[in-house]
Amino acid sequence: MKLVRMKPGHGDVLLAEGDPEVAEEEQELIDAFRRQLDQGMWAAVPTRGNGGRREAEMVRDFSEVPRDAEQVIFFPRAAGGQ
Amino acid sequence: MLFGRGGGGGRPSRGTVYDPGRERRAEVKARDLLRAVAGERAHAMYRELGFLVVRPRPAASEAAYGYLIYPHRSIVAFDDRDGSLISEYCVGFPDHTDPERGTRLPDADDVLAKWIALTGDERRLLTDANMHLPGRQVDPSQARRDLRRLRAWEARERREERMEAAA
Repeated sequence: MKLVRMKPGHGDVLLAEGDPEVAEEEQELIDAFRRQLDQGMWAAVPTRGNGGRREAEMVRDFSEVPRDAEQVIFFPRAAGGQ
Repeated sequence: MLFGRGGGGGRPSRGTVYDPGRERRAEVKARDLLRAVAGERAHAMYRELGFLVVRPRPAASEAAYGYLIYPHRSIVAFDDRDGSLISEYCVGFPDHTDPERGTRLPDADDVLAKWIALTGDERRLLTDANMHLPGRQVDPSQARRDLRRLRAWEARERREERMEAAA
């Protein structure tokens, strides 16, 4: 599983990568996940809906991330504009 | 080096260094992420039309509407039956964690963030956005023209699929 984040001037950057079935690596993923939420990021997991339709699932805690997810994407939270 | 494009909404931001090469590289990476997450079709649509369309899941709603997603501009809601414009949702994703790099995501990341938020939690995004009548940021004539381009793009896509199936 990879945790990546959209960043100005970068495109996406890799934050952490590991196997959630390995306890030590899972803890690193959890810590990285929490750091992003602490910075105010939103998190989402790309999914496939009915018929292979591409969608995303917003997640608020690492426990909500499917164990077989390949990627979790972080991006700044939405703010209303003018 | 130039100054600008650092602030939210595309306004120049004092103290933010704008490096066109860096921004171009970031946009290339952002388009790769868009392709990986939203798929080849969405990537092609963005590359060829300059915007994405999101329609609610067919099973989730009887209403036939959709959203045009432009980079760093409002989301435009439209009626999918007659192409009329419904409203604009002004929303951005400013990143304030690294002032040196500015607050503005690459264009393709901004589009992807809106796509993720709309497909993942439409109601939450619309609650955070400011709703306006059509015409606030996106010229209605441009939005209508883009809807016609979208229909033509989708018609061409269907023709190509039929030809591939027949081959």
